[in-house]
Amino acid sequence: MDTAPNYSDSEERNYTIFAFTENKVGLLNRIVIIFTRRHINIESLTASESEVPGVYRYTIIIRARYEQVEKLVKQISKQVDVLRASFYPEDETVFQEMALYKIPMTSLISGHEVEKIVRDSYARILTVDPQYIIIEKTGHLEETKALFEQLKPFGILQFSRSGRVAITKHMKDLSTYLREQAEAHL
Amino acid sequence: MSVAVEIKEKEPKTEPKKMLVTGAQGVLLSLLEEGVDTIFGYPGGAIMPIYDALYDFSEQLKHYLVRHEQGGAHAAQGYARITGKPGVCFATSGPGATNLITGIADAQIDSTPMVCITGQVFSHLLGTDAFQETDVLGVTMPVTKWSYQVTRAEEIPEAIAKAFYIATSGRPGPVLIDITKDAQNATFEFNYKKWKKITSYIPVPKLKLAEVEAAAELINQAKKPFVIWGQGVLLSHAEEDFKAFIEKAGLPAAWTILGLSGLETEHPLNVGMLGMHGNYGPNLKTNECDVLIAIGMRFDDRVTGDLKRYAKQAKIIHIEIDPAEINKNVRVDVAVNADAKEALQALLPLVEQREHKEWVQSFFDAYKIEFDKVIREQLYPSTPGLQMGEAVRIISELTEGKAVLVTDVGQHQMVGMRYYNFKETRSNITSGGLGTMGFCLPAAMGAKVGAPDRQVIAVIGDGGFQMTIQELGCIFQYQIGVKIVILNNNFLGMVRQWQQLFHQKRYSFTEMVNPDFVGIAKAYGIAGSKVTEREYLQGQIKEMLEHDGPYLLEVVVEKEENVFPMVPAGDSVANIRLD
Repeated sequence: MDTAPNYSDSEERNYTIFAFTENKVGLLNRIVIIFTRRHINIESLTASESEVPGVYRYTIIIRARYEQVEKLVKQISKQVDVLRASFYPEDETVFQEMALYKIPMTSLISGHEVEKIVRDSYARILTVDPQYIIIEKTGHLEETKALFEQLKPFGILQFSRSGRVAITKHMKDLSTYLREQAEAHL
Repeated sequence: MSVAVEIKEKEPKTEPKKMLVTGAQGVLLSLLEEGVDTIFGYPGGAIMPIYDALYDFSEQLKHYLVRHEQGGAHAAQGYARITGKPGVCFATSGPGATNLITGIADAQIDSTPMVCITGQVFSHLLGTDAFQETDVLGVTMPVTKWSYQVTRAEEIPEAIAKAFYIATSGRPGPVLIDITKDAQNATFEFNYKKWKKITSYIPVPKLKLAEVEAAAELINQAKKPFVIWGQGVLLSHAEEDFKAFIEKAGLPAAWTILGLSGLETEHPLNVGMLGMHGNYGPNLKTNECDVLIAIGMRFDDRVTGDLKRYAKQAKIIHIEIDPAEINKNVRVDVAVNADAKEALQALLPLVEQREHKEWVQSFFDAYKIEFDKVIREQLYPSTPGLQMGEAVRIISELTEGKAVLVTDVGQHQMVGMRYYNFKETRSNITSGGLGTMGFCLPAAMGAKVGAPDRQVIAVIGDGGFQMTIQELGCIFQYQIGVKIVILNNNFLGMVRQWQQLFHQKRYSFTEMVNPDFVGIAKAYGIAGSKVTEREYLQGQIKEMLEHDGPYLLEVVVEKEENVFPMVPAGDSVANIRLD
């Protein structure tokens, strides 16, 4: 476990927790109950294989105080199948979310407005069907939300937003951490 | 990317043993490989193949048929606490497994190594709400150190090897292996390797010399240093190192209830018990010391009281193996994240010889006040009603402080631990963190099985006794020579005390109309007697201790006695009350 340097206060803010784990049945459950037990809500959670084969990366976003997140991360690290856990304030990560919007085809036919919105918001049209189109937008929460508001008048049939994926700005790579971890064994 | 390859577990070089067996036999062979000779358990549908195999292993694996799975779990805990080896218990799926949970939760919070093996429905039935199917992994996840579900026989040796490694290494804890019935039935080539390393798991952090040096510097500069120790000292077998350390640096030391017996009660630097019903001095001095040295303990709220008013004047050193405990409840100035034994050995040459005579004496001055106001009347009462304290004092005297004291939860627990004069380590077994009523009787049973040559005394309240009373059956069947002392006040005494002090004496559902305990013991074929008057107390206790085999002694004590001193819940340790 290591923490973000020189960053400590008692204000609630968004933190990104990364956990690198073995791919084991039930591990997601073990991680999630650490939050549930402390009555802390997870804003977003994603999991995928990392750059190291067989090692999974959980990206968990919570809104909490520094002290809370520090304790949570220690509890996550403590899980037997967790290789490493760390946390960062928002500004030390680069992050992205993706949203999909399904709107009726009629809205596209009736004018150029949708096309303009898509173009201006750097979104793209993924699928065109005689009945509907699906628009994809990646960006920060505010951006995908803004697009939602813009498309709302045309009738949104379905909307889905992914959890946040994030990468840290600092340069130390996972392999180095894992090597250090292996060396930490007595 | 070759890192994943590099970090794979290293294969041991020894030639593995190979033979064709069923999964059920594989379970038992694995246990034998781990040096297990004792199992507490209860059979049922989903674990029947294992029990069938056990029939052929009964010479090497002594199985105790408990009367309820909770009893099995607590017995395994008692066994683990006394022997230092992991306790092993078996249960079937569904209700069998859920009955273990209280014991597992208790073991988790009190860091007791335990390996629970549960049967599970056939793997093709998982998730179908089959007969006696419970998501045991799911329900035990919050209270196990690790758990694993086996669905193929081939996985059994590795799962069990990992289970034992994880349960016993670093900060110990309970693990659970859930094995489907088809995995128990299938045959496979048995091949066992002990597990010694898991990449993602660092049980014992490397000692950092800088941390030890920083701790030594604070200790050497201290005018009023104070040591508080917990079970970590016992778990790391650091009793001797601990004693050498406090003796050299002249440090008064107080214990948590799980640290108790790690240092003999009468050691001149043992200043007593911490926390809610702890001694007067240790609580007061927590808020007077200049350096507080916490060793292998976790600043439980029953120890600290109000954290905002806890040792604020002191620099705090925390020697602790589990990084998640450091700065969890109390922010510390120096953290030594290491095994207690290793840390104490490193610390010993760095601390200077000191005596701190006046400071140490101040604890004994406080003790004198407490003795006059509280203790004398409990140990040597002037009123006719029997006191819990005097019973414990006599037990302590007659066993010369060498017995294993197992307590349940409540007033008798506090009294037992306060007044038993411990001479040997690993002699106190109690449910600390979870406060599990019903713990004592089965835990004492497990402790006696683990240490048949020691006198094991279960001091227990009338409430807690009736929570796991069914284990009298197990004690009788195997003639487990536990001495059971019921300190009977016909009340749930501790709850009643709180009702008296904090709920205007509204005794809501705490008075108990109790059965004839001695008669119950007799029905189980267990000898027993009842004492209501002082003149017979000593003689009855003596008779119990000399009795060959299990014995139940009911001591009818004063109905409305309170345990003092007391730090009211949420108050500062400095506000400890003597009455």
